[in-house]
Amino acid sequence: MADSIAARKGPVSRFLDSDLWFSFSHSPLTIVSAIVALALIGAAVLAPVIAPHDPFNLATLNLMDAFNPPAWVEGGNPDFLLGTDDQGRDMLSTIMYGARISLFVGFCSVIFAMVLGVTLGLVAGFVGGTTDAVLMRIADIKLTFPAILVALLVDGLVRAALPRELHDRIALWVVIFAIGISNWVQYARTVRGSTLVEKNKEYVMAARVIGLSSTRIMTSHVLPNVMGPVLVIATLNLGFAILAEATLSFLGVGVPPTQPSLGTLIRIGNDFLFSGEWWITVFPGITLALMVLSVNLLGDWLRDALNPRLR
Amino acid sequence: MFAFIVSRLFQALPVMFTVSLISFAMFAYVGDPVAIMLGQDYTEAQRQALIRDLGLDQPFFVQFFEYLKNAVQGEFGLSYRLARPVSDLILERAPATLELSFTAAFLALAIGVPMGVYTGLYRESWLSRFFLTISLIGVSLPTFLIGILLILVFAVMLGVLPSFGRGDTVAIGWWTTGFLTASGLKALILPSITLGLFQMTLIMRLVRAEMLEVLRTDYIKFARARGLSNRAVHFGHALKNTLVPVITITGLQLGAIIAFAIVTETVFQWPGMGLLFIQAVSNADIPIMAAYLMMIALLFVIINLVVDLLYYLVDPRLRGSLAGSAR
Repeated sequence: MADSIAARKGPVSRFLDSDLWFSFSHSPLTIVSAIVALALIGAAVLAPVIAPHDPFNLATLNLMDAFNPPAWVEGGNPDFLLGTDDQGRDMLSTIMYGARISLFVGFCSVIFAMVLGVTLGLVAGFVGGTTDAVLMRIADIKLTFPAILVALLVDGLVRAALPRELHDRIALWVVIFAIGISNWVQYARTVRGSTLVEKNKEYVMAARVIGLSSTRIMTSHVLPNVMGPVLVIATLNLGFAILAEATLSFLGVGVPPTQPSLGTLIRIGNDFLFSGEWWITVFPGITLALMVLSVNLLGDWLRDALNPRLR
Repeated sequence: MFAFIVSRLFQALPVMFTVSLISFAMFAYVGDPVAIMLGQDYTEAQRQALIRDLGLDQPFFVQFFEYLKNAVQGEFGLSYRLARPVSDLILERAPATLELSFTAAFLALAIGVPMGVYTGLYRESWLSRFFLTISLIGVSLPTFLIGILLILVFAVMLGVLPSFGRGDTVAIGWWTTGFLTASGLKALILPSITLGLFQMTLIMRLVRAEMLEVLRTDYIKFARARGLSNRAVHFGHALKNTLVPVITITGLQLGAIIAFAIVTETVFQWPGMGLLFIQAVSNADIPIMAAYLMMIALLFVIINLVVDLLYYLVDPRLRGSLAGSAR
């Protein structure tokens, strides 16, 4: 790279000079959603350290503490800020651990979908011919069905194919696989499109002339040039992946109840809605909504900021 | 026109073939129907007899064509768990899902289009901002959470609407309808709002974006210069030209509505196909899953076909180019 002027400055000041930072610091909504997202991620990652109770340690659970309303409601216990559920687990701690599972599944399935989609798109675009036609035909068929339906189906199939205790042990990975597989097409199409453009450029020709293998050209020359839009799609899809996991878990076919995610917590709370214990549902629900909303707003901002044509 | 329909049908065939192959592979290789149907006590001779009766000793493709032949006639075998023909189960549940889905789609269109037109025309008004904020929340809240919140407010706290089931239904032949009784209509309100909300916000944003685009064009300026009334310009010229993408998206979203009916039906214990399917998934009831997959695929292929035809009818410019090229 020949931008020697920029290189002389430190990376921090270069970042502060960039268009990206300018559009970020001039959009209050984006700043707020970044703070909310960071706070939620922080709380989730640090849950084992900062959660006031350990909701999965059976020794500290006391059924006498069950159904405590939030601390500020009459009858609430200041020990349990957001109240407790049917087993006497502290809601605040349970939500922090639940957010941990939700974010973990969200991130992993986005990465899985991204790797799968980018690989297939790169191969389809670069190799062309029959490979391209077959891969894109599969993508078309996949697009005929809504992602959530594909995830449900994959999950159901794996559930039927595996013996029960094995499935319970790897259920988390099954969900990640199901959501990832239902979501790779967008990456593949985008990467294929940009690869088709890139592969006719001179640097690819030059790489061929000096005798590099196709694999080498694809991975170390074309790939870096087609990754830009992929990161935007990944951010936008993170919100979807978190929602998909919550939906699967709510339907009772997602992560196992021993590792409750936010969706599982809402499912559990749903049983107590009619007896008036609204906090068991509402707080995980608010957390989930905040998480998805902030991630979606960040994704929208990133898309607009990196694409000057949309301004 | 006729050539266009035929070419579209030929494109749909590989989709249906692939789906039925997947569906059959599920049926044939996942789980062990013989063990499930025999139960605990059986002799080896009984087992062999059952395998022969079910045709499981035949080669893969013979079995597959047998399966296809039955599927075309609407026969999908017996549910493992309920021990009843899958086709009966689905037929019994279909009216509930279809009534819910079409009501939701109708609501989404009837509310979404006017809201989109309004926010497109009056960009800066506070009501537009309010609508846009609502739509952002509508996109970020998961369907099941919206359903739960509606139940909490209207069924638990206010106690004005039922929280589960279809209410009383009237049977017309094999079709049962909730449209004809007061309790059936009341039971329909919350689920259809829950199901339609996401599509409503989507349609609103789409119509708004299209309106903004169209209002900038020269022919709108010309219409204004001719002294046409605002109403004639907005509805006669602008809205009409936004309809092509709206029709496409709405059509494709009809499929999404039927898929998301699974979630809504679970929240409201609505006795439709979605609830049947989700119970089948958690019980590994393969015949129901396979049949549901085939049926949804068929439905989607039909919807796509109808959308393509509408495209063709609404926009004369597309008639030359669309017929040859794949979408």
